[in-house]
Amino acid sequence: MSAIKLTTMQMAHFAARGFVRLDVTIPDAINQRFLNDIGTLSPEPTHIRAQYRQLMHSSVIPLVDAGTPLAKAYPKDSAVAQMLQVPEVSGAIESLVGATPVVDHHFLHVALPATASDPNTPRRSQHTHQDSTIDPRQAFDVQLFYFPHAVTAEMGGTRFIPGSHFRVVSEAAIGRYQNILGQKHVVCPAGTVFLFHMGLWHGAGLNQSEQVRTLFKIRLCPTQKQERLWDTQEMTPGPNPRPIFWTDGTRDTTQLETTLMTPEPWFEADTGRLEYLNRIRFWRYITGDDTYDADYWLTRVENEFV
Amino acid sequence: MPPNTVQRQRVLVLYLRHSGLESQVIGWSHYDGTGQTVPMAGDSDTPPYKTGVDALLDGWRLFQVSPLVAHASGDEFRTDYLKYEFFFEQWVTVEKT
Repeated sequence: MSAIKLTTMQMAHFAARGFVRLDVTIPDAINQRFLNDIGTLSPEPTHIRAQYRQLMHSSVIPLVDAGTPLAKAYPKDSAVAQMLQVPEVSGAIESLVGATPVVDHHFLHVALPATASDPNTPRRSQHTHQDSTIDPRQAFDVQLFYFPHAVTAEMGGTRFIPGSHFRVVSEAAIGRYQNILGQKHVVCPAGTVFLFHMGLWHGAGLNQSEQVRTLFKIRLCPTQKQERLWDTQEMTPGPNPRPIFWTDGTRDTTQLETTLMTPEPWFEADTGRLEYLNRIRFWRYITGDDTYDADYWLTRVENEFV
Repeated sequence: MPPNTVQRQRVLVLYLRHSGLESQVIGWSHYDGTGQTVPMAGDSDTPPYKTGVDALLDGWRLFQVSPLVAHASGDEFRTDYLKYEFFFEQWVTVEKT
């Protein structure tokens, strides 16, 4: 099956908001096989660490050394390998981190319902955080989130903050940000896949349903410069730069710059503009075009005479 | 204070669009020292107030404001933590347990 790469507009969305959502991508047979393979949880209310110990011992999800090529990480007939071969998934991975990424780590996240949770441990959502550690690189890893079953609002699907991915923060240091205007909560059909920029702020919601919620995450690192890896055929430039501030009010949503210059609801008045600069610099990086600008935002601050 | 009662603190943290209290709330957190509620991450998608001033009007007492810090040379364009953080409190009388 040949990979279906991301389009330029999907890449612009990733640049601006830090994620790509692939809807109803994975066939039910693979989802069901994955759920059958992941191991068993204790039916008795138990501490989450004990549940994970049991899950890890009973699961067929392999132990993968950090830095293992993705192509060698999973048995070819496994549900995970089949999920990764779905054309939309393999194409999105190739568009973002190239054809030869390596696995940083993977993890099966489970969120237990109250009936399976330790009654002596307070039930809470996970604090907002950025994965790994402080990471100011231009190169970027992606985190693939595979939801093998339908996720309802009650199940507390992953909460994330669109547009937060360029913020250079230190993992759980942002834990006191409980709610941010414009935050999203994953609600999706079975077989949905998200790809997050490594910097996207996120956290698990509290599972208030009666079912276990399951999410399989794989962090992937590039082994090459991430330049023009997507389907660039649609990359037709529109009028740019455009008038700014004093405008006729029209918004051409098919234009790349419209996506790059759309603020998030939580943007601060001043640093929201810095996020525009971040997005433009990111676009320069992934296109290899050091002269690119959108609506004069970088040209203005680079207009120096030495 | 009535007998068999104690005072407990409720904390509200608001993140605003700029350094003025009249600006829009873009982030919020609650902590409840009474134990009557258990606020947590992701528990609300709607801000409790439109602005910081609205929190004052509702009786919250401001006790900490993030300072305005000059941007270090070479670091002017980096974005990181939310800049405009305001801590408010209320003192609540509750029965001693």
